[in-house]
Amino acid sequence: MTQGIGARIQRKEDARHLHGRGNFVSDMILPGQSEVAFLRSPIAHGRIRRIVKPSGAENQVFIRADLGDVAAIVAPATVPGYKLSEWHPLAHEKVRFVGEAIAMCVAPTRAEAEDLSEQIEVEFDELPVLVDTQAARMESTVRVHEQWNDNVFLTLNYESGFEAKAKGAPVVIRREIALARQAMVPMEGKAVLARWDDRTDQLLVYASTQVPHIIRIGLAQFLGIDQGQVRVISPDVGGGFGYKCILQPEELCVAWLALKFRQPFRYVEDRREHLVVGANSRQHQYRLTAHADERGRLLALDADITIDGGAYSAWPFTVALEPGQATGNLPGPYDFRGYRCRTHCVATNKPGFLPYRGVARTGVCFALELVIDAIARAVGREPWEVRHDNLVSAADMPYDNVARKHYDSGDYRKALILAREKIDLDAWRERQRRGERDGRLIGIGFASYCEQTAHGTSVFSGWGLPIIPGYDQATVRVTPDGGLEVRAGVHSHGQGMETTLAQIAHEVTGIELANIRVLLGDTGTTPYSTGTYASRSIVMAGGAVANACKALIPRFLAIGAHLMQAAVATMKYENGQIMGPRKSVSLRDVAEAWYLRPQELPPDVDLGGLEATVGFRPKRDTGAFSYASHAAVVAVDTEVGAVEILDYVIVEDCGTLVNPMVVEGQTLGGAAQGIGTALYEESPFDPNGQPLASTFADYLLPGPTEIPAIRIHHMQTPSPYTEFGIKGMGEGGAIAPPAVIFNAVNDALRSLGVELTETPLTPRRLLEAIDRAKSSTQPRVKNS
Amino acid sequence: MKAARFDYLRPGDVGEALAALANAEGAKILAGGQSLGPMLNLRLARPALLVDISRLKALQQLEDAGRTWHIGAGVTHARLEDARGRLSGGEMLSEVAAAIAYRSVRNRGTIGGSLAHADPAADWPLALAALGASVNVRGPTPRKILVAHFIQGAFTTTLAADEIIESIDVPKLSRAGRYGFYKFCRKTGEFAEASAAAVLDPETGVASIFLGALRGIPQPLTSLAQQVAREGKIAASTEAVSQALAQSVSGLDAVEHSMATAVVTRALMQVLAP
Ligand SMILES: Cc1cc2nc3c(=O)[nH]c(=O)nc-3n(C[C@H](O)[C@H](O)[C@H](O)COP(=O)(O)OP(=O)(O)OC[C@H]3O[C@@H](n4cnc5c(N)ncnc54)[C@H](O)[C@@H]3O)c2cc1C
Repeated sequence: MTQGIGARIQRKEDARHLHGRGNFVSDMILPGQSEVAFLRSPIAHGRIRRIVKPSGAENQVFIRADLGDVAAIVAPATVPGYKLSEWHPLAHEKVRFVGEAIAMCVAPTRAEAEDLSEQIEVEFDELPVLVDTQAARMESTVRVHEQWNDNVFLTLNYESGFEAKAKGAPVVIRREIALARQAMVPMEGKAVLARWDDRTDQLLVYASTQVPHIIRIGLAQFLGIDQGQVRVISPDVGGGFGYKCILQPEELCVAWLALKFRQPFRYVEDRREHLVVGANSRQHQYRLTAHADERGRLLALDADITIDGGAYSAWPFTVALEPGQATGNLPGPYDFRGYRCRTHCVATNKPGFLPYRGVARTGVCFALELVIDAIARAVGREPWEVRHDNLVSAADMPYDNVARKHYDSGDYRKALILAREKIDLDAWRERQRRGERDGRLIGIGFASYCEQTAHGTSVFSGWGLPIIPGYDQATVRVTPDGGLEVRAGVHSHGQGMETTLAQIAHEVTGIELANIRVLLGDTGTTPYSTGTYASRSIVMAGGAVANACKALIPRFLAIGAHLMQAAVATMKYENGQIMGPRKSVSLRDVAEAWYLRPQELPPDVDLGGLEATVGFRPKRDTGAFSYASHAAVVAVDTEVGAVEILDYVIVEDCGTLVNPMVVEGQTLGGAAQGIGTALYEESPFDPNGQPLASTFADYLLPGPTEIPAIRIHHMQTPSPYTEFGIKGMGEGGAIAPPAVIFNAVNDALRSLGVELTETPLTPRRLLEAIDRAKSSTQPRVKNS
Repeated sequence: MKAARFDYLRPGDVGEALAALANAEGAKILAGGQSLGPMLNLRLARPALLVDISRLKALQQLEDAGRTWHIGAGVTHARLEDARGRLSGGEMLSEVAAAIAYRSVRNRGTIGGSLAHADPAADWPLALAALGASVNVRGPTPRKILVAHFIQGAFTTTLAADEIIESIDVPKLSRAGRYGFYKFCRKTGEFAEASAAAVLDPETGVASIFLGALRGIPQPLTSLAQQVAREGKIAASTEAVSQALAQSVSGLDAVEHSMATAVVTRALMQVLAP
């Protein structure tokens, strides 16, 4: 069986996880370890008048003043007009959202630490609360951050050819579209354990993070100690999704405890904390006006986007990432030349916005795909046809779009046509005409997107973030018995990279997969990388692993040639064998020579030995664009408001597949989260800024029975810019489901004149829309 | 969240459990822990003492008592689910049990705990009210009370702090008896958004329809039930149900009314199915 690129093989990491032998922060117990609980703000906005520690427990309870020199987390960006927030690890003078950490309590067990936190008295002067995004944007007196002159983190304006293209367009479609605020709900929430190590004079921080090297930089910077004094180890991590790509204030607090008291301290976020403090993503509002011709060809798009940025801007990616991504990605996979977009990122009394899997693209895809369907209805054509005609055609690749994105490769139209075939649109249309026995309404929906992945220096430096990704590096080292150790600074938290990076190493070196070990996520043992986010790791770390392996081959040949007493020029390397004209030696022979019998080495042997660290950056780092078309069929029960997904097809192209099973796993997981966005997940707040979904009884996640048997079909168009033509794909699955499900539901409800534009599609929203349509005098949907 | 400190007692019999309840201030019964557990962890419940009755043999009976099924308070949803096909005249019990939560919750959660907890969206209070079941309560003075009277509102029952639910008696349906149970929830394992139970038994004359998942107790739709018993399908049309709901259940908004109409109609369709 092949083991290299393209091989459909099971993940190396599965065995330990399936047997419960993973090692997560929650599994770790160190001698003398204390547990940490945070007292969190019960109000959304207020000035702290007084904090009284429980008497007798003063040395187990810490507030901002105790942290002394620890700096507030400030995340700069050079985007014009971007306003800074100061996010103190523990609240300083004010609290700005329910759940903001006010004090930190330390005890032998978590329960006792919580007992302490209950006994702390805090007096507040409550302030008016900014919950509604638009109201916060217009608010004239109340400020989330006093030093600002309004409540807007950032406004972006972009324009390209809009007026000229929009002028005189015969079809004009206007829509207001919105996505609810959401939590990311990884299986494992935040978790951090820190201890001081006297031997290495280092702070050892075990953190459930996607970005250990970044956390190291951040901890050293905000604690005010040397980089060399911090080692961050990211052990097994139960999902990241963007929630763990930033420096958490809790990480800073726990690291400070270990630094100060030279003892181990641990904090593990519980589910309630996650649902309250982690209600930090997806909330976008769109006002779109599309200008099209009579056939539905999109000519120009006018957009006004508001993003509810919450209270704080996280380090290092900042809250500016989301509006930037929304503005740049809204035009999607379409070929049109007039675009105008204003994007406002507003500060409110909610947890600070973080980039969630799909980063802004789930929102922009939802908004634009609903509009494409509305255009199709307005011009009386099949939505898939109108979509097809608007997609960038393969002949135009590479394509520079209206937002200056450079689409590197692909056949977007073919993916859509395949999706249409695989879902069997004609058969469903026929069944839809016949009607269902049980009275439910059938609808078919499509959605297409393309996704910038593995974008690097040129993209991030434009935003002026504190940390810009550059060359990812990998270290590879042949072991004395001819196996291989691979080390990279990215991290894997469900993506299967211990397997896929090994497959890449196998592809180059021919070493058996079983003898390749991949070590990730430890700043003490891996070369620097900014980490795992933005669907970048397989492209960047994979490219680095390939480069590092390639660097070793000439060294194998040189030593092998000497062992065979033949000329290097006559050597060939194949499948772990160094082949001479008459004889061959194995890589193991070479390794034994280097490590165990150096007397057999050539005198001019490469002193790098059988170990190399090499970097990688794609030839062009504006991104390798993956893309997909999703198609879904739903049955809508208009009496109770239920939506059942009857069929779901994904046709995706992420370039060269390293391991199709891993790609499918990532795609399915993403799609499940997208279905959550579409139908279930929502973090509502009351007018006082109180979160209304703080347990899973109120925050609904899709479970196994809510996820249909999704059928995935692969296309493979290699990227011209990356090693092996691989494109990133970790996020894509989560992008299209809300769009495709709403388009399907709207297709089903067309006869009722109902069009839904707000996630999640709850039974109540659905029934209310039907009720409104019934009682409205206009039989048709507005604007179309 | 971790529970606040509490003491824990595993009594050897019901008498010992009752004594503990009578003597200790702030004592609370623990059965399957599927409702109490989360409340402890959220520190919404802060009992001084937990009296764990989950292993009391006396509360585990599942007996054919002639005209009724006699079910110990400690019988789990899973046991009733697994008794499918063996509860003649009580088939509805297995069906209702199987629709509660998911298996891991059903493995621990008990019928007695569900009644005592009296969540308005729970399934047992609704189904048992429709079946005309009664609760056997042990305490200083043992008593027997109809489920429909036992539950007084959301999370409120007539149970006193020193009382225990010992068992439940569920009248059997005759061979001609029919039942319907329809629960609409947003996903598998959820509590109901809307639910209805209906029982018609021409032999015993039982005719009851209850609407569940309201703000308080399950609502009887007595006149609708009698009309359906007399007239059959015609009286169970969507329009008829919608009207009956408008007349006898107050406080439903348009969405709730639509859902309620659907679940009652669908429960009746099961009852009236040939
Ligand atoms: C994820 C999840 C989903 C669920 N979904 C549903 C659902 O769809 N439908 C549904 O109906 N229920 C559902 N439940 C609730 C479940 O059915 C519980 O098992 C039930 O409500 C309580 O039973 P228990 O034995 O666990 O009681 P416990 O949690 O142990 O106790 C609950 C309360 O009852 C009291 N109590 C328990 N037994 C007695 C007794 N014999 N006498 C007096 N007082 C007693 C306790 O003191 C406590 O106040 C769900 C629960 C979970 C966790």
